Amino acid sequence: MLRLEKLVKTYKTGDQALKAVDLVVPEGQVLALIGPSGAGKSTLIRCINRLVEPTSGKVFLGDINLTGLSTGALRRERRRMGMIFQEYALIERLTVMENVLSGRLGYVGFWRSFLRRFPQKDVDEAFRLLDRVGLAHMADKRADELSGGQRQRVGICRALIQDPALLLVDEPTASLDPKTSRQIMRLICELCNERGLAAIINIHDVALAQMFVQRVIGLRFGVVEFDGLPDALTPDVLTTIYGEEDWEATIEKVDDDSEVAQ
Amino acid sequence: MPVQDLKGRQVWQRRSGRESLAHWVMWLIGVAVFAYCWQQISASTTWFFVWDAPRIANDIWTRATPPRWEYITQLGKPIWDTLNIATLGTLFALILAVPVAFLAARNTTPSVYLVRPVALLIIVSTRSINSLIWALLLIAIIGPGVFAGVIAIAIRSIGFCAKLLYEAIEEIDDTQVEAITATGASRWQVMAYGIVPQIMPAFAGIAVFRWDINVRESTVLGLVGAGGIGLQLSSSLNVLAWPQVSLILLVILAAVVISEWVSAKVRGAII
Repeated sequence: MLRLEKLVKTYKTGDQALKAVDLVVPEGQVLALIGPSGAGKSTLIRCINRLVEPTSGKVFLGDINLTGLSTGALRRERRRMGMIFQEYALIERLTVMENVLSGRLGYVGFWRSFLRRFPQKDVDEAFRLLDRVGLAHMADKRADELSGGQRQRVGICRALIQDPALLLVDEPTASLDPKTSRQIMRLICELCNERGLAAIINIHDVALAQMFVQRVIGLRFGVVEFDGLPDALTPDVLTTIYGEEDWEATIEKVDDDSEVAQ
Repeated sequence: MPVQDLKGRQVWQRRSGRESLAHWVMWLIGVAVFAYCWQQISASTTWFFVWDAPRIANDIWTRATPPRWEYITQLGKPIWDTLNIATLGTLFALILAVPVAFLAARNTTPSVYLVRPVALLIIVSTRSINSLIWALLLIAIIGPGVFAGVIAIAIRSIGFCAKLLYEAIEEIDDTQVEAITATGASRWQVMAYGIVPQIMPAFAGIAVFRWDINVRESTVLGLVGAGGIGLQLSSSLNVLAWPQVSLILLVILAAVVISEWVSAKVRGAII
């Protein structure tokens, strides 16, 4: 469903963040993108929805080549790609509801959105999503009143209300405590399953990635070093991705039953 | 080097010998320049007038007190005009400053090489000329009166407001803008959702701060005929009606205190 062909990104400074990355993501597959800081993980997912303009190569979403699109066509395609951020990237001074509805901006005209007159079915959907993530009672709160985990749930709702085919998730748990991290990862993966969404999740926490995803891609210096099942992540593999270190403790399976979802 | 080795002992001083010498010489030069300037100013001062000053000041004080309280009936309209000049001027300035600020901010300007310099030129040129001078020019163009004052205040304030606002725009959190862009929002929607909420507190702060300044500035605009209480002040000064002058100064003081109180309250409410 998503296909990257020889995707290259060279920054103005001369740093080559991506070196001819090829990747195919089938419909409904949740994959984790791991790799050291500076490996090009963030650049990769930002090149897909062209928040960062790729230098060369092609990105196909379905049959459409995103890299060749005009501004207007790109906006229409961006609606099919929901994005979730590390620092949540909510509009702090707006309410939870406004933040969720901002996911519909691609579908609504300027004045309707400016006057906050979103279609009733969008509002219904927003309530349904907030209820699904357990935040229905928070709809009227301002985004900066929420805790980290709650904010990330709002971020998830904002991405899902776009009705996307693909989720681009950039370090969803890097600012969260271990328990909330798991809850958020579980929520993202559950929602992807329910809706049959594909997702690319950038993540630093290898153990957490192994716990939830179906496929892992290891990126190092802009090159795909590993592509396989989570179980295939051996200490040797982690060494090729990250460099020399004792990996036994990282891969250790953590008991997942002790925890109660809120 | 502040740390010295003196007979096997580590001695620490704030400055090394050469540094403290340089420091001392600098002070010497500073004092010498001050003394020279003092001498120059003193030579071109008519000291008789200066020695005379306390007596004259005392004389004016006795003439000016008590203020002519009954004159206040004639001051209501002028002070109202003054407040209107400040408020309307600030309003016009804000309306014009917002687009200028968006054109001047590095992250929102359509072109860094073409549009931004023009916007910066507008900011610098409106800021660099005092509102009194703008008023003089505008009175020549559109005739004396309140309207000239409003426009003078507005022009003078554009640069100030636009500068502070564009700095606020440049300091916004980019990931929020990214997030809105990623939803497929249009350019204007990104502005309305990603940028505007982030700069609203700064905008409100700038607005009341400038209004507060403008109340002060508009009190003197009347001196050149641009309406407001300055008109009464200048005519009272011209006929040496000191009790009226003192009353006008009191009224201006009250207006400024009130405006400062209001703007402090508003800013407190925003932050």
